[in-house]
Amino acid sequence: MDTEMNYRKIEKAAQSRKRIAGIIVYALLTLWAVIVLFPFYWMILTSVKSYSAYNSEYIPQFFTLSPTLRNYADAFTTVSLGRYLANTAIFTVLTTAAMLFVITLAAFAFARLDFKGKNIVFLIFLSLMMIPGELVIITNFVTITNLDMRNSFAGLILPSITSVFYIYLLKENFEQIPDSLYYAAKVDGTSDLKYLLKVMIPISRPTLITITILKVIECWNSYVWPRLITDDENYFLVSNGIQEIRENGFGRENIPAMMAAVVVISVPLIVLFLIFRRKIMEGVPRGGTKG
Amino acid sequence: MRKKFSSCGSLKGWLYLLPAILFLGAFMVYPLVDVLIYSFEEGYNSASQTYFGTGTYNYSYVLHDPYFLQAVKNTFILVIITVPLSTGIALLISAGLNSITPLRELFQTIYFLPYVTNTLAVGLVFMILFKKTPYSDSLVNLLITFFGGNSVDFIDGPYPAKMFVLCFYTIWVVMPFKILILTSALSSVNQEYYNAAKVDGTSNFRIFMRITLPMISPMIFYLIITGFIGAFKAYSDVVALFGTDLNAAGMNTIVGYVYDMLYGDSGGYPSYASAAAILLFAIVLTITFINLLISRKKVHY
Repeated sequence: MDTEMNYRKIEKAAQSRKRIAGIIVYALLTLWAVIVLFPFYWMILTSVKSYSAYNSEYIPQFFTLSPTLRNYADAFTTVSLGRYLANTAIFTVLTTAAMLFVITLAAFAFARLDFKGKNIVFLIFLSLMMIPGELVIITNFVTITNLDMRNSFAGLILPSITSVFYIYLLKENFEQIPDSLYYAAKVDGTSDLKYLLKVMIPISRPTLITITILKVIECWNSYVWPRLITDDENYFLVSNGIQEIRENGFGRENIPAMMAAVVVISVPLIVLFLIFRRKIMEGVPRGGTKG
Repeated sequence: MRKKFSSCGSLKGWLYLLPAILFLGAFMVYPLVDVLIYSFEEGYNSASQTYFGTGTYNYSYVLHDPYFLQAVKNTFILVIITVPLSTGIALLISAGLNSITPLRELFQTIYFLPYVTNTLAVGLVFMILFKKTPYSDSLVNLLITFFGGNSVDFIDGPYPAKMFVLCFYTIWVVMPFKILILTSALSSVNQEYYNAAKVDGTSNFRIFMRITLPMISPMIFYLIITGFIGAFKAYSDVVALFGTDLNAAGMNTIVGYVYDMLYGDSGGYPSYASAAAILLFAIVLTITFINLLISRKKVHY
């Protein structure tokens, strides 16, 4: 009787300890979620506050009762936000498309074709992965300047077309396709190019999509190279645009309009993320680092 | 016949590789050689493409430049604070995430958001959250005064305050990647180890220290190395918070110094930029090497 009581007591204590631990875990996770989400909330909130209301708040208000969309109109009319967005879209699409073309051919050569010197070239490619971009950007800046390609899409795009890492990723993926498929196709008289287009690319679609998404994110957020290579506002990408807006745009105090621009810039990627959430979160560990 | 076939195949292989080789050659290999040459050419003028001598003058100039020393100091402080802190917090959060089932996906999705946002754009939000202006004390200062502290200008104010915002924002930005890696590492630990430990009546803390940590130590280590490399290259988050004139703000980083030497009002000195970039590369390489040495002793593979 006594021992049974004791067991119950112990069990109860263990249960309540578990519950308390659970509460602490949820509290900590919620705290971090708030820290992550709050800047987003604040940018949306500020973007719908009117200019006069914002500037009269010495103590910032946590909500607004009279939201306005005027700041969004300002963001598109006072500064060339539309142009920045269009430039970024063009830059992203062209860079990604060109990159997919180059890396697919290279990965195919490494994975499927046999030729002299292949292993050495592959080794050189791999060793290039360790080279930080900061080291080569100086010469690239001089090269592009000398080629008179500053303030042009060619200048923006050319240096970021190849990625050794994605070639490597795709090659690994191509190699998992069984050899027998290739020989069967050969027997049927299929050419290498046709085999690549009709068999390998469709099979590797998931990897290609992952690479595409990662590259799109990278392009959309690129800042350093575009800043070096463009000083004509007509070629600014969003990152440079936002910096321009901050330093010369609406006037230093029109923060609501600035925040409206920030919202407009952030939304496309967030939408992309919500659509391809699983793909991105599976791809990132294999693909890129940020930070 | 056989020979002809193989040389034809050989040509084809090179043909497929040609675009990649061209681009890599022009924008990776050539610049790599060139940057070394630049760094030893004294007084290189990019307009006339002339220089008046070769030697180590560029390096000694950079190493004696107070802006560079400030940048090195800032970068090291940033690295030393953010890498351990972000890895530690990420580990804590991932362990928490792994212990719950309801709402787990929601939390994971939220935590990943900073990864897909534009560093420059969200940096502006952090700036207004921390910046003190004549019109407003900013939200963070409101919190500080609410808890009885004195308000500080985090963006134009004292150095520690500026460093604090920078570290905070950096951690905010790098967290998604770390959480993602650690959660998947944690969930891949074989459940049987845990069951065995539970049968033995081992406490949760002990299980974490003795089983979980050693099992995921390669991943933690990977994160520390990539974290070091990433933090040493900090730049765009700094620009986002403090604007493009980082030297004036006293918040420049090594990468920022390189770009400032190259371009902008203080620019036009590719030789100095090259020397600084190579110094950065040497620092990163050394730190990575030290990390690898330590890992051989500590990491359980």
